[in-house]
Amino acid sequence: MEAFLALIIGSLFAIGLYLVLQEHLVKLIFGISILSNATNLLIFASGRMTRGTPPLIPQDAANLTTSFANPLPEALILTAIVISFGLLAFLVALTYRTHRDLKSLNPDVITNESENESVL
Amino acid sequence: MNLLMALPILVPFLTAGIGLLTRRHLAMQRRISFVGAAFLLYSSVLLLKEILASGIQVLQLGSWPAPYGITFVADILSGTMVVITGLIGLASVTYSLQTIDRERQAFGYYPVTLLLLFGINGAFLTGDIFNLYVWFEVLLISSFVLLSMGRSRSQIAGTVPYVVMNLLGSMLFLIAVGLLYGNTGSLNFAHLSLKLSDPVLAAVAQPISLLLLGAFGLKAAIFPLFFWLPASYPAPPVAVSALFAGLLTKVGVYALIRTFTLLFPLPLGEPNQLLISISGLTMITGVLGAVAQNEFRRVLSFHIVSQIGYMTMGLALNTRLGIAASFFYIVHHIIVKTNLFFVSGVVQLSGGSFRLQQLGGTYRLSPFLSLLFLVSAFSLAGLPPLSGFWGKFLLAQAGLESGQFPIVVISLVVGLLTTFSMTKIWNEVFWKNAPNSARINPLNRTQQLYLLLPITVLALITVVIGLFTDPFSSIALRAADELIGKQAYVKLVLQNTGGANP
Repeated sequence: MEAFLALIIGSLFAIGLYLVLQEHLVKLIFGISILSNATNLLIFASGRMTRGTPPLIPQDAANLTTSFANPLPEALILTAIVISFGLLAFLVALTYRTHRDLKSLNPDVITNESENESVL
Repeated sequence: MNLLMALPILVPFLTAGIGLLTRRHLAMQRRISFVGAAFLLYSSVLLLKEILASGIQVLQLGSWPAPYGITFVADILSGTMVVITGLIGLASVTYSLQTIDRERQAFGYYPVTLLLLFGINGAFLTGDIFNLYVWFEVLLISSFVLLSMGRSRSQIAGTVPYVVMNLLGSMLFLIAVGLLYGNTGSLNFAHLSLKLSDPVLAAVAQPISLLLLGAFGLKAAIFPLFFWLPASYPAPPVAVSALFAGLLTKVGVYALIRTFTLLFPLPLGEPNQLLISISGLTMITGVLGAVAQNEFRRVLSFHIVSQIGYMTMGLALNTRLGIAASFFYIVHHIIVKTNLFFVSGVVQLSGGSFRLQQLGGTYRLSPFLSLLFLVSAFSLAGLPPLSGFWGKFLLAQAGLESGQFPIVVISLVVGLLTTFSMTKIWNEVFWKNAPNSARINPLNRTQQLYLLLPITVLALITVVIGLFTDPFSSIALRAADELIGKQAYVKLVLQNTGGANP
């Protein structure tokens, strides 16, 4: 199971990286969202894979004695998902404005534009 | 609960909240923001005094003991950074009062600025690496909004590389956090420091530390990850540029210092060769990039990159004096660089442009402003008796002591080239006669008060640090001692936890 997950994470990173390197802002958005999902899976895998062992203390015991599924990575992932969702929404809005104002989604064109004088 | 530690985080947050509630009353919002920023500076000075008097402060939010709870830690490094944040925040808000247009105010300029300060202070004070990630995101999203707020094409064009690079940097950071957790089972800095000292983890520690170097290096704009900075910093209004120039890259440098002293320290005295090479290259590329520029703020932006090299150089030397020099340099740099951006804004207001060719005659128009520029510019270049001289002096001394001669030579040559660059600005903007096309537009009295007051205060601070160096350098050495003697930090955070098994 772990090897399978590692393979998936690796391919997601490869796909995301490929998309980020394209000369198109929309592809870059897809790339970033795939990369952030790969990162989330990586955190998930870092909590170790266990099946059918919820982190619940039995009624007659004082604490957990057996191995259990670690709930902390899920909490981290949840935070990371919320944050990356917000940032992605900002990036989408920014891309729309770039398209409207600069009439281009090519990073090279955009970078050249930034070298023109800024007006206050 | 240690309320004093929570204030630098609570004050900007609450002020931003009140600011959002009063967004229909812009005059009131401005006043509230100013008072909030002033109170932030006051409370952070109190915190630093407390740290200097009674050592490292720890706050366990929600009363869960470390490493399970939310930990805030303030040592001298954090405390000083929080004070500087308060100072620059107040200066920037004062400067904004006369320079930010109504449209931006109606969009919530002041609350977002305070949220930025909230994020920065959180990043300085947190004692948990995942919380550091969250604070980074708080300050990033605020900086995105401040950067893109407005109508100009160049602003949008500058925001795109900034947003994309920072998103990728955050992702690297998050990957490193995931791997750290997977290998150690902890996220608390102190607890991590304890676990990572186990030689069993040495093999995984190295790749993780490199990931973190990439993530924080990107935010600090070190070579070769700096190109987004000169593209984005000249785009927004000057008050925003100045705030970013002073504080944002320094959060990255702070995180680098924290990681490489607490989590992945080399044996004391053994220089970090990779970081030394990066520092040298950062200094050189930054200063050479500045030579080719003809726009006031673009010149200054490239100098930020070059100066980051000095801050990482002290850390890379990995000696007591080196780390103290880095600390001293960060404080000096934040004050001076923010001030130079403020000056560029005044010049633009009275001269109508940021382009060096279209400016001129500022010395005749305002000798006082020219004097303030000279003080900051010479301090940046490192001329005695200003604060920059002592920063470079300490760095060179630390470099010579550990026998790293090439980097010392580079740092001195780059200092010379910085002088050249500042002279170019002086000649073009202040000394030469105004070109015929220039629209000279002297400041009125209120503008003079609100714009020149922060510039004067910051210039005075760099002079004072330069003339009375001893108390400042002794604080720097104490900060370095705390960073090197990390056992005290670890012990204070983890006390009362009864063993702290994961």
